[in-house]
Amino acid sequence: MIERVLVWTLAGVLAAVGTGLGYTVLSLPPVDPGLSEQVAAQLPASGVENPVTAVLLNFRGYDTLLEIAVMSLAVMGIWSLAVMPRRRVGAPGPVLAFLVQVLVPFMILLGAYLLWAGSHEAGGAFQAGAVFAAAMVLVLLAGAPLPSALSHWPLRLLLMLGLMTFAGVGVVMMPLEGRFLEYPPTLAKHLILLVEAAAAVSIGMILASALRGGRPPPEQGS
Amino acid sequence: MNTAFVFSLAGVALFLTGFHGLIVRAHLLRKIMSLNVMGSGVFLVMGALARRSVDAAPDPVPHALVITGIVVAVASTALAIVLMLRVHAATGRAELPAPDRG
Repeated sequence: MIERVLVWTLAGVLAAVGTGLGYTVLSLPPVDPGLSEQVAAQLPASGVENPVTAVLLNFRGYDTLLEIAVMSLAVMGIWSLAVMPRRRVGAPGPVLAFLVQVLVPFMILLGAYLLWAGSHEAGGAFQAGAVFAAAMVLVLLAGAPLPSALSHWPLRLLLMLGLMTFAGVGVVMMPLEGRFLEYPPTLAKHLILLVEAAAAVSIGMILASALRGGRPPPEQGS
Repeated sequence: MNTAFVFSLAGVALFLTGFHGLIVRAHLLRKIMSLNVMGSGVFLVMGALARRSVDAAPDPVPHALVITGIVVAVASTALAIVLMLRVHAATGRAELPAPDRG
């Protein structure tokens, strides 16, 4: 009996939410430039030619900084909860081994290209970071272990590099321009490229570490 | 109704589908997937509403917000899955307990 009440309540809630959202969406004006004109007017001063990259890294750079912070927090949360599960590593099959040899260098090159192309076409730090992460996950799936030289502070440094670079650039530019994350227009292109490069590396490492599922196991005998 | 509104209504439908799955499904992984479907619906609505601008170039601000949202959703999903694995390790099952009858 109580189940039927709950089912009908859920149906009523869904219908109400759906009607409200649909009505709201349909009542918006069919043509609305939004902020595209303001962005196009300020685009030459932003340092890049692609409007999405300009919005992400310059006009709304604070959102991107907080986003990288959220990803770093997610990795810290994952590392606090679990230790990396020990994988049973057998030899990878011939298809996987061949694909890893062919695809991974190409993916690294593609990620670097996406990072560079973000200034004038679609691309940028997050797209490049995702491709780097996919390349790392492919290598991990083929059974290559994390090199032990990379396990301790280099890994942690790479994970935090994007956040530190972005926040550092924002703080260092404060005496010049007076506000946090305000780029001087002559330096904007180079600062954006620097921040994007650090962020791409960090995002790749963060996503690959998240897929590994836990913190690195403690060293034996240390 | 132009194409932007068709995509927006599809996004609303995705959101409702995910919401229904979030409430009804007891298994934690299904709940996480339902949350992802809800997120995809929201991203579709925002991306579609950005296409309503005057000339060919769409509004870039919702695009940037959606890119941010996708990346945050991936990171949150990873954390949620690790939490689910901890629940499974602690209790032996990854489902919410069935409600007591009567």
